[in-house]
Amino acid sequence: MSLGSPSTPLPEAVDIAIVGGGVMGLGLAYHLAKIGKTAKRGSERPSIAVLEGSYLVSGASGRNGGGLRMQWADAGNVALMMESIDLCRGLAQELGINLWFRQGGYLFIARSEAASERLYRNAELHRDVGAPTRLLSPAEALAVVPHLDPSMVQVATFNPDDGVVFPWPFVWGYAAQAIRRGVLVRTHTRVDKLELTGEGYTLRLSTGERLRAARVVNATGAWSNELHRELGISLPNRPHRHEILSSEPLRPFLDPLVVDLDSGLYFSQSTRGELVTGISLPDLAGYDDESLSMHSSLRFLSVLSARLTALMPITRSLKILRQWSGLYDVSPDGDAYVGSTPGHPNLVQLCGFTGHGFMMAPAVTGLVARWLLCGESHPMLSRWDPVRSQHPPGRRREDMIIG
Amino acid sequence: MTDRVFLCRCEDVTLSEIDHAIDEDLTSVEEIKRYTGLGTGPCQGRECIGPLACLLVRRGLADPSTIQPFTARPPAEPVTFGALAGTQPPFFADSSADWTVHRDPDTAAEEPDP
Repeated sequence: MSLGSPSTPLPEAVDIAIVGGGVMGLGLAYHLAKIGKTAKRGSERPSIAVLEGSYLVSGASGRNGGGLRMQWADAGNVALMMESIDLCRGLAQELGINLWFRQGGYLFIARSEAASERLYRNAELHRDVGAPTRLLSPAEALAVVPHLDPSMVQVATFNPDDGVVFPWPFVWGYAAQAIRRGVLVRTHTRVDKLELTGEGYTLRLSTGERLRAARVVNATGAWSNELHRELGISLPNRPHRHEILSSEPLRPFLDPLVVDLDSGLYFSQSTRGELVTGISLPDLAGYDDESLSMHSSLRFLSVLSARLTALMPITRSLKILRQWSGLYDVSPDGDAYVGSTPGHPNLVQLCGFTGHGFMMAPAVTGLVARWLLCGESHPMLSRWDPVRSQHPPGRRREDMIIG
Repeated sequence: MTDRVFLCRCEDVTLSEIDHAIDEDLTSVEEIKRYTGLGTGPCQGRECIGPLACLLVRRGLADPSTIQPFTARPPAEPVTFGALAGTQPPFFADSSADWTVHRDPDTAAEEPDP
């Protein structure tokens, strides 16, 4: 059995070529193969290839904090994440892999009037949508995480169903099950050029090979505009570098993932025992954070450490083991681009998830597969339609983009 | 006694797990790290990256003249949050923002381990 290889043989043509071997591309491949297998007799199983320029999980899918939460500010996102978390409950068994999925909840805390107001609004919205989010007093928040400095909490919300996973096995699980169902996964092979050929495309690969595909899915996240640039397509999503770190491992002491809404700091304890933490950092003036560079900075360590030790003083003596960075694929209105590209019905976008693609992938990849193979609609698909990129960006509906 | 051979003692990654990764066509250092967790513990690969490189070269899966260790992640040695919390961020353009919460980093050492 293979988990993708630079020597996976490719045919001359496939029905669907998915570019990008992250959680979106592999999750979609898995769902397409699964639906294709159970499709009605007489209909052909679609042939599917996934092409990854580097190794699987090399992009944002292997670099994120692994958090999954229902606590969003927009009803559509709350409902989608309820579905995604529900799917995760059965996913370890479905994929036959340990996802290290742990539902310790998410605790959002606020100090300022403005941040507190957002939590009140969220709690009301979540109740209407049916998510089990509760408003907590400072004392109740401290009962959940006793190590917090009490002066840092004015109000909190807690959702016990939110949780964390370890991202790597999650993606390997999708890859293994997709390959088992006949998906071809070719790694270390870039798509250098997309050429329109009849109604489909010819993909020119870095190996010199050519692959024809009736439909192409762009699941390359922060790299997505590079794939279709030469076709004259430019979508307004942009890469944005975000940093993260992990500490030395400790015995389990922290149940929920904690988000401090006022500073944009988040931290959780992974099932492996490490504290995994990041923070929203404002861009430095005159500094290009859209460069696709994935470097780490001392500035991040300094700012995060000041915030973290103020919020949870016992972390002062905890040691940082390593820091790294990854790229958000940020759209102007915070919503993803999913669906046919304007003027290119057979070039399907699956990008622009603005830092929350990983947690949405279990739900998203399923609904996109049902749309591609069965034409099934979904309210989020109309909202995510890339056609809106041709108009001035709408107001951001979602203000809970963290990290 | 056990017959298990550990390549990465921090994350308990055994030789048979490496064999399993190689059986799955994962033969590069970065892929093996992400499939097994090798090198992600307290020593950050200082102990295991050499034996892994030797193993890949010996099996003809890597060229000794081009094989590279996985990307080194700062900090070079483990540093406490307390020590870093007392430092002023370097090259900090927005000097009006007060990021640091003033605490004496020296007191951090006196705190018991959490």
